[in-house]
Amino acid sequence: MVQAKDPFVSFKGVQKSYDGESLVVKNLNLDIASGEFLTMLGPSGSGKTTCLMMLAGFETATHGDIELGGRPINNIPPHKRGIGMVFQNYALFPHMTVGENLAFPLNVRRIPRAEVEEKVRSVLDMVQMMAFVDRKPAQLSGGQQQRIALARALVFKPELVLMDEPLGALDKQLREHMQYEIKHIHENLGVTVVYVTHDQSEALTMSNRIAVFDDGVIQQLADPVTLYEKPENAFVAQFIGENNQMSGTIESISKGIATVKLDSGDIVKALAVNTGAVGSRTTLSVRPERCVVVTRKSTAVSTLNAKIEELIYLGDHIRCRMNVAGDDQFIVKVPNTSGQLGLEIGAALKIGWRNDDCRALDFRELD
Amino acid sequence: MTDSQTVTSGAITAADGTPLKKKLAQALFRSRVRAVSLVVPLFAFVMASFVIPIFALMWQGVYNDRFSTYTPNLTEQLTAWDGLAEPGEALFAALVSDLKTARKDRTIGRIATRVNQEYPGTRSLFTSTARKAKKLRAPFKESVIKTNKKWANIEIWRAMKLTSQDLTPSFYATALDGRYTVDKGFVAQNENRQIYVKLFWRTLLISASVMGLCLLLGYPVAYLLATLPLRTSNLLMIMVLLPFWTSLLVRTTAWIAILQSQGVINDLMVAVGITADDSRFSLIYNMTGTIIAMTHILLPFMILPLYSVMKTIPPSYMRAARSLGATPTAAFIRVYAPQTIPGIGAGGLLVFILAIGYYITPALVGGQDGQLISNMIAYHMQKSLNWSLAAALGGILLAGVLLLYWIYDRVIGIDNMKLG
Repeated sequence: MVQAKDPFVSFKGVQKSYDGESLVVKNLNLDIASGEFLTMLGPSGSGKTTCLMMLAGFETATHGDIELGGRPINNIPPHKRGIGMVFQNYALFPHMTVGENLAFPLNVRRIPRAEVEEKVRSVLDMVQMMAFVDRKPAQLSGGQQQRIALARALVFKPELVLMDEPLGALDKQLREHMQYEIKHIHENLGVTVVYVTHDQSEALTMSNRIAVFDDGVIQQLADPVTLYEKPENAFVAQFIGENNQMSGTIESISKGIATVKLDSGDIVKALAVNTGAVGSRTTLSVRPERCVVVTRKSTAVSTLNAKIEELIYLGDHIRCRMNVAGDDQFIVKVPNTSGQLGLEIGAALKIGWRNDDCRALDFRELD
Repeated sequence: MTDSQTVTSGAITAADGTPLKKKLAQALFRSRVRAVSLVVPLFAFVMASFVIPIFALMWQGVYNDRFSTYTPNLTEQLTAWDGLAEPGEALFAALVSDLKTARKDRTIGRIATRVNQEYPGTRSLFTSTARKAKKLRAPFKESVIKTNKKWANIEIWRAMKLTSQDLTPSFYATALDGRYTVDKGFVAQNENRQIYVKLFWRTLLISASVMGLCLLLGYPVAYLLATLPLRTSNLLMIMVLLPFWTSLLVRTTAWIAILQSQGVINDLMVAVGITADDSRFSLIYNMTGTIIAMTHILLPFMILPLYSVMKTIPPSYMRAARSLGATPTAAFIRVYAPQTIPGIGAGGLLVFILAIGYYITPALVGGQDGQLISNMIAYHMQKSLNWSLAAALGGILLAGVLLLYWIYDRVIGIDNMKLG
């Protein structure tokens, strides 16, 4: 795990169980630096939202400590933690106008009226919603509600803002737009953001670091580039981006390059990242855009026979579904360059990759 | 296409030239007929069994033709009389002739009862004079007064003049503890005869107390129902609905067993030493008993609307309020409670309107000062047989409920209400 020098938020050996029989979060250790945008990414039920709720104070940790700014907050009730939070369904109070919603966190802090108005106005300005101050939340569109929810979590100047899948209910275009907006607000204000999502592209777009959750454990904690380029295990490789996975047995390892005998009998080479000793099982992972169709000129090191099953023309590239080593779901992205070879369904050809582009990871049953 | 949509004198026409609106009405006619025919049976049933009887009874509150039917001659003379001058010979003559007929037709009792409603204590005057009417000779004024001096009292004649008018405000006047008189219009009833207004106020007070108690007791239960996990809340829901599956009479009599002075609660209090054996609490056959039993019976009507509203409030609102810095109390008061107002309104209105017309429970456990106006209406319907007065009391009750409904609409808004 990456250790920040002076962590702002820190989970120390945190465990959480709801029923006393199984752990939803298993031994979580995570440091978040001040001003960082950290995303908790994972499939539903992976424990990411539970972690967020423990940080917000709505769930208590069964074991372990959570620290905020150096002091443990396990026994501090949510309203004294001073953490801003954006909820999945926005949770704008339906009986209050936009202005009253934004003034709420200030009023409960007994801030003088003039100052409240001033702060509400400036935060409305920030999200460009000044004209909507007297509307009720029900009169706003999803995107507008989202902005108000964001503004409400920021209006009392918290140092830490939590977001629980805040863009889940928006359509694709609006979601992408809001991703940039949240990113810019984060950069301008310098607040620490902990963001929960199951959408990997959202995580890659916005975060400084991403913690990939599965089964109550952080599978990998890294910046977006590392996460995509160098997944440490088969789950992360499969969860982030698209991946072709093959299982096989390690024949030999030399200088970090493993020679693997696939279940189909073919022999390939791959970068040994997370493997056992010779003779153990491994999952190979190679990205569709790193596979090439082998011609005489190409420099691929490992090659396999392939048969084209399906072609999908996507403009900038052609997506080929191939039958490779007994797997007919093998995807290769062929760039749409001039002088492209005549790909056609049923054609037999060879595909290959450079050793670095195929990663030998821990063994995982393929589904 | 172009000529099918030609605009003739401003109206769009269909392809065959008929106006589009007419064509549309034709097309929708069949489905309208079907819709109406589905509603007609219920509509007819409600009209015949509910709306028409109610209006017929309400009409009785202002219209009573019993006197004028049985005393046609006297009614004619009374109408001509101004009610201020001393009654003359013509009136007495008409009285004697009508009394003779009434005695022969055995309708004298009805006449006497009707006048007695207007001027209490005159019943025997009519029946006794009617017995002697055959022997009376002109001049009738003297001979009638000779049989009974009361006939010289002008008030009796005025009362008869009022009863002879079919359309009369006097029942409403009585229902409001007043009297309608020929010479002075509306006057207040004597202090010791004023009962109805006091009873109306008591009905309002008891209904409001029952509503308040139901809200106080029902709100936490509804909150639990809405927030507990499904298995627990289902069990709780069954317990809330259990009273619905028990007869109203059984529940009310159960309260008698529990609350009476030799009952469970009092025995317990004596045993524990809270009260002495000779100073047991009187919890029943008074207003306390009515309020306790009615609160218990009407509680589900408060809980269910509250529950249905609370069920729709996501827990994230409270969490949002907490995360924004509100204490649990502040979050409840400023965020949760305002969102339950539709449920409070619906439950409150439901309980209040049911309570204001409640009859069986107060009749059984109310004793003297736990009676409601509905018990008085029932009394006039069944015992005193003064249906007109019962109708007038009911009319006032209806007007009161409509007034409260209107106020509710102005203050909270009726479209803000949510039932079940």
